Amino acid sequence: MSTAFDQATRAVEAALAAGARYADARVVHTRTRALSARNAEVESVDLGDDLGIGVRALVGASWGFAATSDLDADAAGRTGAQATATARASAILPGGDLRLAPLAATVASWDSPFDQDPFEVSLSTQADLITAVTRDAAAVDGVAVATAHLQFWDVRKWFVSSEGHRIDQRLVSSGGGMQAIALGKHETQVRSYPQSFGDYRSGGWEVIEAFDLPAHAVRMGEEAVALLSAPPCPAVTTDVVLDSSQVAMQLHESVGHAIELDRILGWEAAFAGTSFLDLDQLGTLRYGSVLMNVTADATMPGAMGTFGFDDEGTPAQSVEIVDAGRWVGVLSGRDSAHLAGLPPGGMVRADGYARLPMVRMTNVGLLAGTSTMDELIGGIDYGVLMATNRSWSIDDRRLNFQFGCEIGWEIKAGQLGRMLRNPTYTGITPTFWAGLDGLGNEELRRAWGIPNCGKGQPMQTMQTAHPAVPARFRNVEVGVTG
Amino acid sequence: MTEIIDHLNALAERVLQLAEGDEAIVTAGRSDHGLTRFANSFIHQHVSDESTMVGLTLVRDGRVATTATTNVTDDGLRALAMSAAATADLLPADPRWPGVAPEVILDGRMVPANEADPQRRATIVADFVTAGDGMQAAGYCDTSEVTHVVATSTGSRLVGRSTRATLDGIQQAGGGGATAAGSGHRTAQGLDDLDGTSVGALAAGLARRGLDRVDLEPGRYPVVLAPECTATIALFLSVYGFNAKSHAEGQSAIEVGVAQFDAAITLVDDPNAGHGFGLGFDVEGTPQRALPLIDAGVSAALVHDRRTAAAAGPGVQSTGHSGPGSAAWGPVADQLHLAGGTTDPLDLVAAMGRGLVVTTFNYCRILDPKTMVVTGLTRNGTFLVEDGRIVGAVGNLRFTQSFMDALAPAAVTGLGNDARWADAEFGPALAHAPSLALQSWNITGAAPR
Repeated sequence: MSTAFDQATRAVEAALAAGARYADARVVHTRTRALSARNAEVESVDLGDDLGIGVRALVGASWGFAATSDLDADAAGRTGAQATATARASAILPGGDLRLAPLAATVASWDSPFDQDPFEVSLSTQADLITAVTRDAAAVDGVAVATAHLQFWDVRKWFVSSEGHRIDQRLVSSGGGMQAIALGKHETQVRSYPQSFGDYRSGGWEVIEAFDLPAHAVRMGEEAVALLSAPPCPAVTTDVVLDSSQVAMQLHESVGHAIELDRILGWEAAFAGTSFLDLDQLGTLRYGSVLMNVTADATMPGAMGTFGFDDEGTPAQSVEIVDAGRWVGVLSGRDSAHLAGLPPGGMVRADGYARLPMVRMTNVGLLAGTSTMDELIGGIDYGVLMATNRSWSIDDRRLNFQFGCEIGWEIKAGQLGRMLRNPTYTGITPTFWAGLDGLGNEELRRAWGIPNCGKGQPMQTMQTAHPAVPARFRNVEVGVTG
Repeated sequence: MTEIIDHLNALAERVLQLAEGDEAIVTAGRSDHGLTRFANSFIHQHVSDESTMVGLTLVRDGRVATTATTNVTDDGLRALAMSAAATADLLPADPRWPGVAPEVILDGRMVPANEADPQRRATIVADFVTAGDGMQAAGYCDTSEVTHVVATSTGSRLVGRSTRATLDGIQQAGGGGATAAGSGHRTAQGLDDLDGTSVGALAAGLARRGLDRVDLEPGRYPVVLAPECTATIALFLSVYGFNAKSHAEGQSAIEVGVAQFDAAITLVDDPNAGHGFGLGFDVEGTPQRALPLIDAGVSAALVHDRRTAAAAGPGVQSTGHSGPGSAAWGPVADQLHLAGGTTDPLDLVAAMGRGLVVTTFNYCRILDPKTMVVTGLTRNGTFLVEDGRIVGAVGNLRFTQSFMDALAPAAVTGLGNDARWADAEFGPALAHAPSLALQSWNITGAAPR
């Protein structure tokens, strides 16, 4: 019987026989389970089983890629040859010299750890959990809609390259969350836990148990209702403290995407955009204050952007991105790293078998400082504490951003005061990060998972995470409204 | 072509045989996609992928489970059916299950098969790049063909095919500090209708004009929005407004029967339009018809799937807008036609005193669905108009604007005669829209270049 490695090997051989100077192939089998509940009823249960092969071939300076879910006897060879033929069609508009940064061939196997396989946990147990928390939240007077969801992935990959790589991996991840919605005459107010759209980690059912959703259901409902009568966030320039989940979103949009080397090189200019960063400034550009230290660490245990090897066979690693406010690193793959004269960062991944691997965030995280939450707040004469992202938008060079949060609290004389509704803030990336003057300590650090970071054409979603702490920023424009 | 349909029909029939339950909906789909991406004026990614997917929604004793697989061997189909049954048995009964749609036999839209030759796409891309006359070009040309079958335990059998070809790109002018980008977009059913030279020249013209910069203070400005922007507004109205689930939960701004929009606005969802991209039926097996959503400014209807229709009460029927994920997100119309006017877009600009011309939006996100306040940015060509003439480019601007207020009665000053399939926030081929002139648009900041 043909194994996944056999099929991947045949595909690579076929691509080379058709004229590719390099080829790799991934057989990917993705199992998914997704449950959602609304107002104490199961809303949907969806199971997915997705298996196929994707082949990448390099001809001249162009990648060709072909994929199929058809794994009959001839599929691997056919798809390999097609990848090369597709790459060859690029000759009408050839690029410059494209090489791959050197990488030792690896034969390895890697599994992400988990305690309890989420696919072995009874669906009824999982359904009972989310129906119960939505029942509790919906029971709060004034809550119109309470929702909860769970998502699980079990991804197996078999990777073979023409340079001798032969790697298999298994990545199990879990996540979910809940949301309570209260309706006013002309507005909606929302509270989410652990964060908007939920939180996600590498791991099994224990991830969900650690969230302890039932303990937070009533509070989410009560806060959503209270927001309806809270005063609006004032439109002022002031100091803010962001909770760690919002700092994670800030990192994602204004750091994570900006440091993707393919964007910096212009490869994503038309859709995702470029970056305000220029490689000539690497090592000298001031990204933020001296408190700002950022790493991209794909080896962090339990985080959503953790793996053993990326989809080019490069081992996972931790790369320094911002050192005491100075920009020092990028996210890269073998081709982009070689162009930039850098070592490959091992950050190239694909969304399933049917997509071309590209530079993606791993765990792009802000290192902790020394402050407690009380100390961060205590250092503000007047300002706003904002928590839990509600909206996000940033321009194509990752400079002008505007975020909305679900909830805010006024800070006066170093003390938390009244609740504020519709808190928003806006800024320009390096100016905003230059205003960073307080960081939460290690105990407050948490790796917030994002299951659906979007990039590429066709759109690929990817699992990433952002270790973050609460942080204080000076002179921020808040209260932007339509 | 017939071979693919026969294969999908056979897969669907086999799953219906294997499905052990009271009711079943089987979907079988085949997708072929080809993509040619270019950046820095050369082709850097060339992609083709094909997949066959079978889905099963199974009902047993009122318990409902949905499963899907790409393993379409007989063993794979057996596993699919067994998994659905085992899953359903572990779940509580679904009190809102609306039942499977009544029997329908429908040969839906059958657009001829698409040409997916990578050489043809590459030639169109080369024409786009050449039209930039040395500018840095980036974008993509792609083709897709989707064939879909729905078969149900009530005897329904529906089949349809849709094809699409898109050319979307930017030209980037300047260097040494001052840079500007312009974009061009065309979507049609096949490559024959894509002209790389004209789309590339359009983008290049916008990029050149973008180099001549003037400053602009935040504030409210009259605007002429190009079709890409108008399409995004239409999509947001569809996703957050006319979605019957959002409406039932009180999160929609739409009030059916009320003149909420300017009388110039008529919006219809028409999945059967000859030049469009619908299949003519949804994943529940409900045939689709043209559905007016806004009729001369009056909110006319919501879009339903079978769940929302059943919940809305007697007499309400599904409009055929169920899709993957609609159980959670609600039904969404995605073959939108915003009726155009008779005015040349240049005359819309000429009729504006001081205002802005906006080519595309970027990264739009909703702040509150109830108010439909959205923040986003302009991109690839934003220009200041004074006395009816473009006097300079203003770079990319941030806006925070209620889309309901923007289209409110007496807020629309003109509609262009240039309606076409435009690229929107959620992708191409979802909205056919014209240029749109509005009295006021709220600019809240600028993105440095």
